[in-house]
Parts: sequence; C-alpha cells; structure tokens
Amino acid sequence: MATAAADNGLTISSNKSGKPAAKTRRGLTSPIVSYLQAMPLVLILGLFLLLPILTIAMVSFWDYDSVRIYPDFVTFNYTETLGSWVTWKIYLNTFKFTVIVWLLTMFIGFWVAYFLAFHIRSTTMQIVLFLVCTVPFLTSNIIRMISWVPFLGRNGLINSSLIQLGIVPKPLEFLLFSEFAVVLAMVHLYTLFMVTPIFNTLMRIDRSLVEAARDAGASGFQILTNVIIPLAKPGIAIGSIFVVTLVMGDFITVRFMSGGQSASVGLMMSNQISLLQYPAAAANAVILLIVVLLIVAAILRVVDIRKEL
Amino acid sequence: MGKAAEIDIISVSKIYGTTTAVDTISLKIPAGTYCCLLGPSGCGKTSTLRMIAGHETISSGDIRLGNTVVTDFPPAKRGTAMMFQSYALFPHLDLIDNVGFSLKMKGVAKDERRAKALTMLKLMQMEGYATRRPAQLSGGQQQRVALARALITDPEALLLDEPLSALDPFLKIRMRAELKKLQTSLGITFVHVTHSQEEAMALADLIVVMNDGRIEQAAHPRTVFERPATAFVARFMGEHNVISGRVTKSAKDVVTFDIPGGISLSAAGKAEVGASIDLGIRTDRVRISDKSAAGFGFTGIVSNVEYRGASVKLSVTGAGIDDFTVIISDQAFFEKPVSVGEAIPLAWDSNDATILGRLDS
Repeated sequence: MATAAADNGLTISSNKSGKPAAKTRRGLTSPIVSYLQAMPLVLILGLFLLLPILTIAMVSFWDYDSVRIYPDFVTFNYTETLGSWVTWKIYLNTFKFTVIVWLLTMFIGFWVAYFLAFHIRSTTMQIVLFLVCTVPFLTSNIIRMISWVPFLGRNGLINSSLIQLGIVPKPLEFLLFSEFAVVLAMVHLYTLFMVTPIFNTLMRIDRSLVEAARDAGASGFQILTNVIIPLAKPGIAIGSIFVVTLVMGDFITVRFMSGGQSASVGLMMSNQISLLQYPAAAANAVILLIVVLLIVAAILRVVDIRKEL
Repeated sequence: MGKAAEIDIISVSKIYGTTTAVDTISLKIPAGTYCCLLGPSGCGKTSTLRMIAGHETISSGDIRLGNTVVTDFPPAKRGTAMMFQSYALFPHLDLIDNVGFSLKMKGVAKDERRAKALTMLKLMQMEGYATRRPAQLSGGQQQRVALARALITDPEALLLDEPLSALDPFLKIRMRAELKKLQTSLGITFVHVTHSQEEAMALADLIVVMNDGRIEQAAHPRTVFERPATAFVARFMGEHNVISGRVTKSAKDVVTFDIPGGISLSAAGKAEVGASIDLGIRTDRVRISDKSAAGFGFTGIVSNVEYRGASVKLSVTGAGIDDFTVIISDQAFFEKPVSVGEAIPLAWDSNDATILGRLDS
C-alpha cells in the first residue's frame, strides 16, 4: 500500500514536470509530499513491528546471568535452545496442539460458515447469526477460559450430571487441567477466526455455479467436493493462518487449562522471562517466528489467497 | 447427435408464497423447434424455463419431455441441459474440466472424459484455449464453452436463460447467428428466454409471448407480428399503433367503434355492440393520403419528426389519439415533406388493421 501510494505520487509528479507550465512549486515538492503520505504507515510499522523484532533479534545474542543481561555477541542462547531435548519435546507438543486445533476449527468453522452462507436464506438472519457467533468475543479470552472451570471441574456441571445419571461411578479426571481441556478451550477461542474468512469466501460463490453443477448431475456431496470446497480454499487458508499463528504462540491457555501439566513454546518463553533469562527467551522467540513464517509460507504455496485480499 | 424431444407443458403454475409467477400455462413445443419465451422482466418466462430444467419445483401441473413426465425428476435425469445467464462456468477449473464436468460426476474415467470434452471444444472451435480458465476468455468465448458444457450431456432439449444478454451489441448479433446454426445442425429442441423481441424474431420458429405469468400468444414469429393476438403482444412486438374504443356498430364483418373523446374508426371483424375493443395498426402501412375509406384513416397534427435513414418516423396526434406513429420511407417523405404542427390526413387498408383480443375477457 505504502509503496503503491508513493509510486502513484511519483508518476503524477513526473507527468506534471514533463510540461513546462506545470513546473511550479507543487511539481517540485510532490516527491516529498508522497514520502510524507507514506510516512504514517512507515512509522507505525517501523516502531511497532520492525523495531521490536530487531530488538528481540539483538537481545537473543546477548549474555546473561541470574541478575542481569550483558550486551555481547554470543550464540549459546541458540545452541542451548536447539541442543536441548526439552525444546524439541515442547515444539512437538505445540505442533500437536496446533494440528489438532487446526483440524477441529477447520471442520467446525467450515460447517458453521457453510450453514450461514447456504442454508440461511435472508441476509438479515445471516448477519444476526454471525453477530451471535461473535458475542463471546465481547469478553476477554481469560474469562472465557475460566468459565469452563465450573463446567469441567471435578465437581463441575458435567461430572455431577454424569454421576447423577449413573453413567460414570466417579468424576472424570481428564475433563479439566488436561490436554483435552487445552484443546477444547483453544477450539472455543479460535473457531471464529476460521468461520469469518470461510464465510466470506462462501458468500462470494455465485449460486448459479451450484445450479450448474446440479444441472450436470452432481449430487450434494459432489457439489461440495467439486465446487464449494475448491472455491472456499482461499478462506480456509486465511483462517488456517490465523489459527496456526494463534495456537503456536499461545501460552496462557496451555498454562491455565492444563494446570501446568503441559507445555508449549510460548509457555517456555514465559517461564524463561519470569526467570529473567531474557536472551534465552529472545532466541526462542526468533526460532518460533521463523517456524511460524515457514508454516505460513507453506500454506500460501498451496493456496493462492490473493483474490481474497 | 441426440434425438430431439417434444416438450409439453400442461397447466403448470408456479407460486412463490402469495405471488403467482406462472399462472396455469399450457404449451406444446414440437421436437426440434427453436422456441423463444419472450416477455418483459417478471413475466414468468425464466420461472417457466427453470421449471422445465428442474431447478424450480412445479407448484401444480405437469411437464412432459418426449414420452416421460419429468415433473418430479432432478435436472440431470430429464434429458435437458441448461445454459445459465452468466454462463456459470466453474472459475477454478480449466475449459476441459469445465466441459467434462458432468462426465466426471458420472464417474467417467479421466482420459475418456478429457478426450470427449476436447471433441466438444473442437466443435465450438475453442480447442486452442483448452487449458485456460474461464476468467481468461471473452464473453463470446465463454458462451461457446458454456454451450459445449451443456451439449456434452447429449441433451434432447437445450434451455438457454437470456444467453445473449451479457454480450455487447455487435457480438450479440454474431452469437445469435451461431446459436441458430447450432440448433439447425443439432436438430434438438432449443428453449431460449429473452426480453428482446428482435432476438426472438431472428431466432425462433415459435415465439411464446408471456405477460404476468400467462401466455398471451404462442405462434410463428410472422403470425405474432402480423396478427398479434392481444394489445399487449402488439405493443410488445412494437411497430403497431394500439387504439382502444367502444363498438357502436357491427355489420357485414365490419366493426365500427368510437374512441373516447374522438373520432370513430372501422375494422374488419366481428364484435358485439357496446363491447370495448383494441385495434392494432401497423405503423409502416399507414400512408399520408386523403383517399381513405370511411373509418380507415383520420387527420392529425404532426408532433414530432424523426429521420432514421431509410425511413422517417412521424408522431401524430389526433382527436382521442395521443400518440400515433407513422413510418414512411425516406423517399416518400422527401417527395412531400411535412413539418411539426402541420395537419396531415392518414389512411390505411382494412387488412392492415387487426382487432386485438383481450386475454382476460
């Protein structure tokens, strides 16, 4: 966007300066004007994105002890992190959460979006139901997570109901403070990030394509696999990028819902920070950033999302 | 290719909630006919087509294709193929896969369906574009692909929903000729929905003029144009003046009627005295002449003159007649030019004035 605006400004100015009559004050200053126009975005991206990342990258090469950090250029933050089997186990665990949550949110998200887009006839009703989906987002995600506790706990709603109905003799332990709880909370938190982009792509599918497919003898399932899913791919890709980046960086859900029995990369960093091991956390952050960018690049290689932007 | 099927529509209605889109129409389209459903938007022509195709349920009545009643059949089981208004080509598939889509749905092996699709594309002279996506084609090319996709199922009837409306005027005329040629060579029944009377006249063997969910007239284009059945048909087909009045005298196959607040005219035909009547007069058959038989002409004041090249269009206002159009050849006009404000005598022959029926009386 910024470069496009700048280019535009420049071409206009070169056109102007081509004519002798237009060689005025305005024609001379317009390159500066276009740089000024691009400045707000440059400043925001520079200050809030580029600078922090550069700082983290810099600190990841610093030295530290239990009380302070020392400016330096050492690589043992990386070698220690990558050389430890704990790191690899935690990455594996994070990937496990990512894959499970990604598959579940994709499945649930697609069907919710499909229902909204194809089975709700009136636009008003579609908007109303879509807003209903977003209502939980009016509260903080910590609160949404905590609200699972009275539901899933040892003496929570589910367990007491199951015992009263005589289905189980004693409370199910895996419901809360377990990996099940982590996945459940993450699916709850992140499904909407899948619903929104998929709904968006589905709404853009020309309904006559569905009719054309039916005219060609396609069954409902064939229409889904041959027309709707291929055309929904960009939305699925965008939703996947959201969910994957969110789950890969998550630490609060993992810490809270697993009751400290499971770990993720984010949680590892959070622990390092609380031990004042900033350079180690920074190195970890750089590695995580690279991994996530690779995943995003892989998704973009498979699906062309340009049409949706 | 395939054999053509007769389409028989038997008292078919389509009701959406409280509105009736199609009101008990009956129509027989002979096998191998190029039939045009013609009418203004909202007249029920598209609903009728979609009911034939099976994309719309039939509220009451039956549709028969060949010897089978297809009322409750899904679209693909009817032996019809539909070409959609915007062509509805699959944007994510190349032309071969678009054309071979229905074969894929039937489970035909990949090589076989690709070969067959390529043959269809060759028939439409589109084989050079086989690996392109629909978005890379022009409107006319997209239409050819849509035709290829519809015809690969070997249908007995091809249903076209305003196929030419997305094209520019020049291409419209070219694709029109291609459609007609295709229909002649395939020999299957075509049902073509359009709101352009020019298109319908150029293409159809059978024009079905629809209005307000009903059929006003179904006949050969020449009959529809020369003997419009109703005032609506005369107005919709154009090039007719429609004059309404009340019958005062009916004798020896000549009806005389009064126009409210104006003159009285005559026409060949029969009608009851006191009945209201519509008369259609061909605009190109009216002459500027004072030698008119009584009741077959009037004198009016020219309100507008439009030069059209080969002809000149005069708008004339007379007593009780607001806007009467006269088309005369440029030669006749420039031999004896008239100007706005001038009073001119008009005359026509008795067989150029048709008494128009009323559908609802």
